[in-house]
Amino acid sequence: MAQPLVKKDDDRDDEEYSPFLGIEKGAVLQEARVFNDPQLDARRCSQVITKLLYLLNQGESFTKVEATEVFFSVTKLFQSRDIGLRRMVYLIIKELSPSADEVIIVTSSLMKDMNSKTDMYRANAIRVLCRITDGTLLTQIERYLKQAIVDKNPVVASAALVSGIHLLQTNPEIVKRWSNEVQDAVQSRAALVQFHAVALLHQIRQNDRLAVSKLVTSLTRGTVRSPLAQCLLIRYTSQVIRESGNVQTGDRPFYDYLEGCLRHKSEMVIFEAARAITELHGVTPRELTPAITVLQLFLSSSKPVLRFAAVRTLNKVAMTHPVPVTNCNIDMESLISDQNRSIATLAITTLLKTGNESSVDRLMKQITNFMSDIADEFKIVVVEAIRSLCLKFPLKFRALMNFLSNILREEGGFEYKKAIVDSIVILIRDIPDAKESGLLHLCEFIEDCEFTYLSTQILHFLGIEGPKTSDPSKYIRYIYNRVHLENATVRASAVSTLAKFGALVDSLKPRVFILLRRCLFDSDDEVRDRATLYLNTLGGDGSVVETDNDVKDFLFGSLDVPLVNLEASLKNYEASEEPFDIKSVPKEVKSQPLAEKKAQSKKPTGLGAPPTGPASTVDAYETLLSSIPEFSNFGKLFKSSAPVELTEPETEYAVNVVKHIFDSHVVFQYNCTNTIPEQLLEDVIVVVDASEAEEFSEVASRSLRSLPYDTPGQTFLAFEKPEGVPAVGKFTNLLRFIVKEVDPTTGEAEEDGVEDEYQLEDLEVVAADYILKVPVFNFKNAWESMGADFERVDEYGLGPRENLTEAVNAVISLLGMQPCEGTEVVASNSRSHTCVLSGVYIGNVKVLVRLLFGIDSSSKEVAMKLAVRSEDGAVSDAIHEIVASG
Amino acid sequence: ESCPSIKNILLLDSEGKRVAVKYYSEEDWPTNAAKESFEKAVFTKTQKTNARTEAEIAMFEGTIVVYKFVQDLHFFVTGGENENELILATVLQGFFDAVGILLRGNVDKKEALENLDLILLCLDEIVDGGIILETDSNVIASKVASHSIDAGAPLSEQTISQALATAREHLARQLLK
Repeated sequence: MAQPLVKKDDDRDDEEYSPFLGIEKGAVLQEARVFNDPQLDARRCSQVITKLLYLLNQGESFTKVEATEVFFSVTKLFQSRDIGLRRMVYLIIKELSPSADEVIIVTSSLMKDMNSKTDMYRANAIRVLCRITDGTLLTQIERYLKQAIVDKNPVVASAALVSGIHLLQTNPEIVKRWSNEVQDAVQSRAALVQFHAVALLHQIRQNDRLAVSKLVTSLTRGTVRSPLAQCLLIRYTSQVIRESGNVQTGDRPFYDYLEGCLRHKSEMVIFEAARAITELHGVTPRELTPAITVLQLFLSSSKPVLRFAAVRTLNKVAMTHPVPVTNCNIDMESLISDQNRSIATLAITTLLKTGNESSVDRLMKQITNFMSDIADEFKIVVVEAIRSLCLKFPLKFRALMNFLSNILREEGGFEYKKAIVDSIVILIRDIPDAKESGLLHLCEFIEDCEFTYLSTQILHFLGIEGPKTSDPSKYIRYIYNRVHLENATVRASAVSTLAKFGALVDSLKPRVFILLRRCLFDSDDEVRDRATLYLNTLGGDGSVVETDNDVKDFLFGSLDVPLVNLEASLKNYEASEEPFDIKSVPKEVKSQPLAEKKAQSKKPTGLGAPPTGPASTVDAYETLLSSIPEFSNFGKLFKSSAPVELTEPETEYAVNVVKHIFDSHVVFQYNCTNTIPEQLLEDVIVVVDASEAEEFSEVASRSLRSLPYDTPGQTFLAFEKPEGVPAVGKFTNLLRFIVKEVDPTTGEAEEDGVEDEYQLEDLEVVAADYILKVPVFNFKNAWESMGADFERVDEYGLGPRENLTEAVNAVISLLGMQPCEGTEVVASNSRSHTCVLSGVYIGNVKVLVRLLFGIDSSSKEVAMKLAVRSEDGAVSDAIHEIVASG
Repeated sequence: ESCPSIKNILLLDSEGKRVAVKYYSEEDWPTNAAKESFEKAVFTKTQKTNARTEAEIAMFEGTIVVYKFVQDLHFFVTGGENENELILATVLQGFFDAVGILLRGNVDKKEALENLDLILLCLDEIVDGGIILETDSNVIASKVASHSIDAGAPLSEQTISQALATAREHLARQLLK
């Protein structure tokens, strides 16, 4: 069969020589007529099929008619007894993927082959038939397939088993009937049959946890011959461990099996087991050690694939368990110069995670050398690793900032540049000392930045941070250069940034006015309009006056209407005599809970996030509440809680509540959604019984006029409470409203409504509502600089607990404070743990807490030592009181 | 999906042109254009590496690619980003060595094209619909190269109409059961 398609001729040296040179679809289709010859030339036919397959492989496609014609003539080739030709026939039938009415033509030929004495025919016919068949035919051939699964020829058995795996997707009920045969095949002495049988058996049983667990138990005790099957078994074992849930203090079931696999003779299995161990939920250092040891050996392998696999896995482990990975540091360092850049990058970022402060400078030097050689996606990985390193070792910011600014100057795509800029912005925000140098690096970057988005974002950021620096004037040049050199979008943002400097820095006002006046002659409308607007609002008539607060609000405040609402109103506005009035835009925040959930699940980072960071949701609430006259005299909003659901999911009315804490008031914001299309609710209000909240008295309420289907709305209740006191209490809630029937066809509501009520769940105001989560970046420093003047220390018994993690989480949520430096994570099975928290107590008092936990190994009794430091002794006492009464 | 799976196997020449390719994951590359752009990216990215003594590895577009070069032929095996790299490497080695056996050691583009039928059969014997069928190069090569006239089978003289008739008859019998 291995003959060339075209006779080898003399020009063997000709590099362009190819048997398919000048091949053309039409001509090959013509050639395919040889399939119809009464006297078949098997060799010739094979060659033509190869040509057809070549065309398909090169991406050529056949029309429906062409494919059908080829298919029909190919079916005639079943007459030939030439094995080589038959194999090519099988191949092309699969490639042509005939339609159901065509399949019937070859069914009988293939079924005959399935019963042939020749193993190769049986195996291939099964694969072809299962590939092209539909469910109806399957019942006919099911009997043969079951036989084939236990066929003594391994190739035939594998063909049937693999076909079973594919068919399980489309005809599960049929394949599931083959369990007994598959079970037999699992015991096969042929390695790959066992692999395919294990895979199929698991897939048949995958929805039955008990059956999977039994399968794993019996297989881990038996003999598994093929490395591939062993890998499968490791995966299934991990799954069983994962689903068995809670981590017991004792030995983990099946861990011994996984550890045993680390000594397997096949590297594939060793690696699979090592990886599985590192991914165990709540893996302990003791469990990790043997896995890390074998991965460490792989690091110095001569095979790049092995090194890559090991370093990639260790890199992942280092994110959660840096300490055990430090053992590999020496091997990791030698990988920094690895020929394979992927391996080098993974090694570097692993070292950045495991390294200590002293190794930072050296690592940075090594990274600089190879940054230019790697692809953008790896550069982003490095930049992110550097960002987190900088937050971990704030003292090293100079070296890291320098590195970031250097790579910012080099070539790179948008995503890469954005990652660098975001990192610099985060460093500026979190490390005060880094601010001035960081801003200058950004300024230099926009001098030669090809990305409009990044330029405008940086200009916006400069406008907020720049005026607050020691020498704001040095930024003006960079900003004004934009007005000369950039496109209209960037010019317009530069104008806004200039105005912000003018508004905040009085000494710069005259110079800013001159520059703004020059912008009045810009070619672009938006740039001119902005310049005019700012000159007017800032009083650009030459007189240097202090900018009044209204103007500052206008320049810096956030828009006091939600952008979506503004957008909707503008879309509805039709050009007319009457100007658009921004007051007509509804301020009520639609689908508030959703927006908020997003805001909380994704910590704002970089330029995309509002500059005040986590305070932004508070901003939105503040704007909303201050727009309600009844609440406008409550003062500054201290804290808004996360929404608390007051209804079960998927009930008629969905209500959640946000608790807004003021100094001497509490406002409940009930977000209501009506999920019944046939109803319109009016005069919606929540009636509260506060008899279990003695210190609170209701002072104001605001009902919701109308709550149509699927349009969230809010109703509010305000309570007075003693000033500055963290009053707690329980409130029962009843939703009261007038319901009107809505005609679903017209959407019109009926005139008359009926009053109705709906019971909601109870709501509690707890001590944690009075504490803001505010992180500190160096707890030790903060603790020491706070001093022991108002330190209060006491010990508490927390009773028996499942483990320390549970106790730590309970105390954290009771206090509602921010865990710092990752101390909320308790190492598995540890007997004692220290956790540090920080926060701001109502009245803006900083509080730091140090918790020391211990657990008795037999009785599970947990004891806790609580040390509180704050700026006020009464606050330190209050924290203790929260714990004592909690 | 916990069964190891192969997304594609590629055999390209030293300019990145197709010699033979097989895709098992249509959802990742639904069109020929998508396939070609993936091949171009793979080829460009790996071109300068030295994958002649040991198989090399690279990661991109959410996949892992292991590859090995010989003469003017570039062999690639692609899997998902969470796949065990060593399984992919084993498949690559099986393909690479089997082609070596089938081409009797003369592994280059010209020889591969002249024996394209063997290369295509080889791909067919290694992976079926993404599932690994066989990784032992000797077994793969012997399955591809076995060609003696099938003496056991009776001479088939069926014509199309006869085939159709038998198929109908068979269907009917099934229905009557």
